[in-house]
Amino acid sequence: MGEKPNQANSVSPSATSAAPAGSKSSDLLSRHFSIRSLKLKTKEQELLLRVTVLCLVYVLAFITRLFSVLRYESMIHEFDPYFNYRTTLFLTEKGFYEFWNWFDSESWYPLGRIIGGTLYPGLMVTAALIYWTLKVLRFAVHIREVCVLTAPFFASNTTLVAYFFGKEIWDSGAGLVAAALIAICPGYISRSVAGSYDNEGVAIFALLFTFYLFVKAVNTGSLAWSLASAFGYFYMVSAWGGYVFIINLIPLYVLVLLITGRYSMRLYVAYNSMYILGMLLAMQIRFVGFQHVQSGEHMAAMGVFFLLQVFYFLDWVKHQLNDTKLFQAFLRITVTSAVVVGALALGVGTASGYISPWTGRFYSLLDPTYAKDHIPIIASVSEHQPTAWSSFMFDFQILLFLFPAGLYFCFKRLSDATIFIVMYGLTSMYFAGVMVRLILVATPAVCLISAIAVSATIKNLTQVLRAKPKIVHSCSSKGGSSAKTSSKGLLDQSQPIGKNGAIALLFGAFYLLTKYATHCTWVTSEAYSSPSIVLAARGAHGNRVIFDDYREAYFWLRQNTPPDAKVMSWWDYGYQITAMGNRTVIVDNNTWNNTHIATVGRAMSSYEDEAYEIMRSLDVSYVLVVFGGVTGYSSDDINKFLWMVRIGGGVFPVIKEPDYLVNGNYRVDKGAAPKMLNCLMYKLSYYRFGELTTEYGKPPGYDRARGVEIGNKDIKLEFLEEAFTTSNWIVRIYKVKPPKNRW
Amino acid sequence: MVRSTGDDVLALFHSLRSAYAATPKNLKIIDLYVAFAVSTALIQVVYMAMVGSFPFNSFLSGVLSCVGTAVLAVCLRIQVNKENKEFKDLPPERAYADFILCNLVLHLVIMNFLG
Repeated sequence: MGEKPNQANSVSPSATSAAPAGSKSSDLLSRHFSIRSLKLKTKEQELLLRVTVLCLVYVLAFITRLFSVLRYESMIHEFDPYFNYRTTLFLTEKGFYEFWNWFDSESWYPLGRIIGGTLYPGLMVTAALIYWTLKVLRFAVHIREVCVLTAPFFASNTTLVAYFFGKEIWDSGAGLVAAALIAICPGYISRSVAGSYDNEGVAIFALLFTFYLFVKAVNTGSLAWSLASAFGYFYMVSAWGGYVFIINLIPLYVLVLLITGRYSMRLYVAYNSMYILGMLLAMQIRFVGFQHVQSGEHMAAMGVFFLLQVFYFLDWVKHQLNDTKLFQAFLRITVTSAVVVGALALGVGTASGYISPWTGRFYSLLDPTYAKDHIPIIASVSEHQPTAWSSFMFDFQILLFLFPAGLYFCFKRLSDATIFIVMYGLTSMYFAGVMVRLILVATPAVCLISAIAVSATIKNLTQVLRAKPKIVHSCSSKGGSSAKTSSKGLLDQSQPIGKNGAIALLFGAFYLLTKYATHCTWVTSEAYSSPSIVLAARGAHGNRVIFDDYREAYFWLRQNTPPDAKVMSWWDYGYQITAMGNRTVIVDNNTWNNTHIATVGRAMSSYEDEAYEIMRSLDVSYVLVVFGGVTGYSSDDINKFLWMVRIGGGVFPVIKEPDYLVNGNYRVDKGAAPKMLNCLMYKLSYYRFGELTTEYGKPPGYDRARGVEIGNKDIKLEFLEEAFTTSNWIVRIYKVKPPKNRW
Repeated sequence: MVRSTGDDVLALFHSLRSAYAATPKNLKIIDLYVAFAVSTALIQVVYMAMVGSFPFNSFLSGVLSCVGTAVLAVCLRIQVNKENKEFKDLPPERAYADFILCNLVLHLVIMNFLG
């Protein structure tokens, strides 16, 4: 924003030259009228500048997310997006009703999964709508391209929402800065690069949009805006489970306003109509269903709803009644009865099991250590770990320092809107500290608050810069701003810094923002643009080596196995196997049935003969393991193995974690625990690995991912046989042998 | 103690009634509408408590349509009340239009949800 005045000057000649473009007389005339028309012109220039900047930011937000498409190709990334892609494909091919009633027998064998009732359909419907629109406009695109580019497109839209939100809570300058900051903020890019076709991509847009509309509704007190925010909420509910954050943050905000004595009629209108309409709309999503009236997580909103009614009623009675003593008596009676009724309703509801208690995920947010002790399946996911300081720094960079400064400015100019953004910022920052993936939710708030800091600081500094010549020139040209000059003069005297100091600080701000831009681009290109299904590494000569083993393996499955084959793997790869390999899987990334996953974990961590029994009972025909020992790929199944043991042991106590450890250490070399050396996962990963020399100067069977020589080189398989191993050994597929003849 | 509370309640009631008599007529009509909606909701809740809540979506849509109607009407009442200074620049026509729009959405969703 430091270059804004310069840009304004550079635009003005073109604008003025376009206007006359004729004879000398008109030129004279225009010069004559220039003083009078200048006021309008600066306004127009400002508008033009704002629109230009917004357009540039819009484009920037899109293209900065395209690194992965340029580096690799247009493809879907990671794990969950493959499920979303598969369902979108189904939706566009079969239509909405088929999609809604889809029973998927390819996952969770033998249980199956009712897809229509167990997913958030917002993302798929959005992509399908975009696809159908393009088709109507005669753009022949493949649905995959639409899916790949959905997240960047919505990121662009988020910048627009950020602009309007910033304008609503501060001014248009802050809005512009917020749009620019959020367009390239790594915390958001991490979930919205091209190809990362996941719920979060559209959900952050929906989240910010809902908040913006709600703040607008609170500011105007209009029913139309709260209706709009209810629709925004509906979209958010349809897109992502994170809507629980909205339905808890907004009541909290209302409560804070009530406590601080900022209750207003506008608040009443905005909250109540939004709550009722939003709740009703949200119930139309089958996956959410009756949760708004039944689950403990949503009860805060309902409580605040009733509280507001009581509050309004009391306010009304107080208004009608001018007698304070009578009102006191009335207040006592009403408050007591309201509290009693509320407590009674809550108690009866909880005791009768009508209101379900808080879920584990919710607990683990409030108490970060809860998941580790009680739900290993939540704790096993790397994005559910508590956040390290470095990843805060990595994702926010200077925003981390601007955030408190922005909070300071917000507190200096408290209004309903700034209170909202402060609360959003503080609560989401707490959640970001609890779980890595929730940095995403905090990012818009951090960007907005930082934008306030940047915008307010630069505004103050430029006022210092501009005030001085004004006094010398004594309002030469800009007559309209003369009223402002006096205030600026006043302001100038209170400013502790002189003109030079202001210039220095402006340069400092400019430098910081440039650093931020370069950091963001670097992070995006280095860290967040890898598809994780295709791996890239630097070769010995600095050239790029591509490991495309996953797709090789899934393609093999698709081509060489019978169509009704059931593949057992750890749940991480379930979605990819069904989407790309088109084969039935036992468990997948939708971790709804812990026992089923634990059964697979138990099979993986048992001896081969015991595992064979389990696999027979599950009708498994192929087993797929991911192994990084040859390439040095560290997130393979051996490194995830302890979680399989923990999850399996959580349900089947035969599996004990200490059996796989030596003095509390997890080892795969000669010193490893005997059970470890002979369990199914170890055998499948290292089968025939002892014959292979992976690195020059090292003995055969040297595991590059863990940097040790393996402990069991002579592995014999009795009940399984190797079916396929990819070129870099990353994916290994084994066939389960049929039972032996009895005689 | 009991007598004094009873007296208080009576006095409260009387003063409330006399104060309420001064409200404009259109607001009184809205109040009646709100009272009707709330009482309908209460009747449904009582019925549910006696008979059971089996088609739960039907019960919910019945009650929520009443509650929603009541809440929207209260919002309308707030917006068209001339005593509320916060809504001075909101013309009553706009308030009524918003009210109708919200009711339309509300009842379309209710119809979908009725099952």
